[in-house]
Amino acid sequence: MTDSPATDTSVIDYGDLTRLPDARGHFGPYGGRFVSETLSFALEDLEKTYLALRDDPDFRAEFDRDLAQYVGRPSPLYHAERWSAKLGGAQIWLKREDLNHTGAHKVNNTIGQALLAKKSGKPRVIAETGAGQHGVATATVAARLGLKCEVYMGAEDVQRQKVNVYRMRLLGADVVPVESGTRTLKDAMNEALRDWVTNVDDTFYIIGTVAGPHPYPLLVRDFNSVVGREARAQSLEQFGRLPDALVACVGGGSNALGLFYPFVEDREVRMYGVEAGGDGLDTGRHAAPLASNAPRGVLHGNRTYLMSDEGGQIADTHSVSAGLDYPGVGPEHALWKDVGRVEYVAANDTEVLEAFRELTRLEGIMPALESAHALAHAKVLAPTMRPDQHIVVNLSGRGDKDIQTVAGIDGIQI
Amino acid sequence: MNRIDQRFATLKAQNRTALIPYITAGDPSPEYTVGFMHALVDAGADVIELGVPFSDPMADGPVIQKACERALRHGTRLHHLFDMVREFRRRDTDTPVVLMGYLNPVERLGYDAFAQHASEAGVDGVLVVDMPPEEADEFGPLLKSHGLASIFLLAPTTSEDRAARICAQGEGYLYYVSLKGVTGAATLDVDAVDRQLTPLRRMTDLPLCVGFGIRDGESAAAVGRVADGVVVGSALVNRIAEGADDPATIAPTLKEVLGDMRRAMDA
Repeated sequence: MTDSPATDTSVIDYGDLTRLPDARGHFGPYGGRFVSETLSFALEDLEKTYLALRDDPDFRAEFDRDLAQYVGRPSPLYHAERWSAKLGGAQIWLKREDLNHTGAHKVNNTIGQALLAKKSGKPRVIAETGAGQHGVATATVAARLGLKCEVYMGAEDVQRQKVNVYRMRLLGADVVPVESGTRTLKDAMNEALRDWVTNVDDTFYIIGTVAGPHPYPLLVRDFNSVVGREARAQSLEQFGRLPDALVACVGGGSNALGLFYPFVEDREVRMYGVEAGGDGLDTGRHAAPLASNAPRGVLHGNRTYLMSDEGGQIADTHSVSAGLDYPGVGPEHALWKDVGRVEYVAANDTEVLEAFRELTRLEGIMPALESAHALAHAKVLAPTMRPDQHIVVNLSGRGDKDIQTVAGIDGIQI
Repeated sequence: MNRIDQRFATLKAQNRTALIPYITAGDPSPEYTVGFMHALVDAGADVIELGVPFSDPMADGPVIQKACERALRHGTRLHHLFDMVREFRRRDTDTPVVLMGYLNPVERLGYDAFAQHASEAGVDGVLVVDMPPEEADEFGPLLKSHGLASIFLLAPTTSEDRAARICAQGEGYLYYVSLKGVTGAATLDVDAVDRQLTPLRRMTDLPLCVGFGIRDGESAAAVGRVADGVVVGSALVNRIAEGADDPATIAPTLKEVLGDMRRAMDA
């Protein structure tokens, strides 16, 4: 382990966790703004713009109206009765982010950032994408606002997610396959940062997860926390109390933070973040920096748990789901792990595929492979709980985009 | 006095501009790096920036990305760089060496261990591309206590407030990134650079060195007229890439390219 930063997070009381990050974008020792000088000004500018609008009633009203009328919110909280009965324990409720326009939670954030882009007057937006959901959500809002849009996507992911690639192109976006490094999400983010540093005057970078330099982890969390606010109210209305447990998958961690954040001070609600276990944590072929206790490190503008080798070179990651195939994780999750507020676990590819098939067959809902990680852990958790207890699982996206991948695993060409 | 300060004091007395080549350590493979450093000094280098290879060089263009890949394929790690500098120092005790790279390899080693090893090896300054001064509260003082200069970047997008802070915190020299973009991008507008440097001169006595977009004797000389130092990276790294299959040809080529710049700047 490194001898710096020296902060031992286990002995510090951070008080009300909803009040983080601090003014410099730090969540304890995590987060921050580790970027080259050219971008500092753009980030300061974005921070100023966002903090001024964050509590502005007009801005909030416009955001809420878009979420209602364009995205189709609120998304339902659905009681998966057959699946709960089969697992024979707690009642499982699915927060149906898969029913949003574009098919995932990602659009909550792109609507918010697109409003910021509009306020900033920049005519061009860029994004990085893994599974393509964030890219599609960005291309969608760009089409709606008439903004030029370029999406960076790892060349390997372009292969894995052909349907989403074509969707983005139909929406008028340019999809740029990134051939450098491991040709996945992290490389797409490198390339988007290179674009931004070059075109910072006329370009707004719509980051898709709660990582990146401050203020991105803050604003992406804020825009997604509509998920948890709704789930909290729906829980009270539909089963008369707060859930006993929340479960969500974690790649960068935006859907998990969106669900967890409004509950973080409800200390009786247990929370589980499920990372990509790939071939299994013991094989080293995974994308689970928190569950595997990776060392602290700095990548893409923030300090967090980061999979890297002894020399600090970023490690190759592996997951069946392109959207979780990332060596780092949002800095707020890193702190929540250290203070013990959230338990971070991993589900491996086999368990994920099993959960994918089970939900599809029992409930007629086909989850995204990313979301199936959360389902895989719910399968483990539910039988350990009583039938009068309740688990809310974030069904963060739908599985249409993954049909080809699953067919491939089944040996079928479609 | 740190070697960097000494070197700039000498240059100032001679009314000359510093020529600062950058190469990625371990490119095309580690055994060549020290030889390249000596060749660069022979061709007129005043300071050497030695790049620490990183798997995800976000601020670099394709030329330096590929250099990092070549170096990493041969397993080049920070401790090899310390060995390289130590070996370089056996023959050269005057030319300042600055390590330039990204934060993660440094974090993984630990700030304290890094500062100690760098200082013992004979390094003079450290430029961490993704560590702006506001994140350097802990690292900056540690470097200073080991006699290492914290070198910071300034950019055309840097506000006056920030520039004042960076000038106050910087040591050795300031690296002015002349273009918005990644390393190895387009050509630069010398008049614009001159205009941008003018307000900075009122804020600091530190030498202002300019990088990005310098590719030959002509552009080096042009920038040299308005800056205290000229940093050249991708133009050299390109030559290393071209010679990677026959590494014996690289040192003479580097000498020739840098020598052209030196002569043009001194003319």
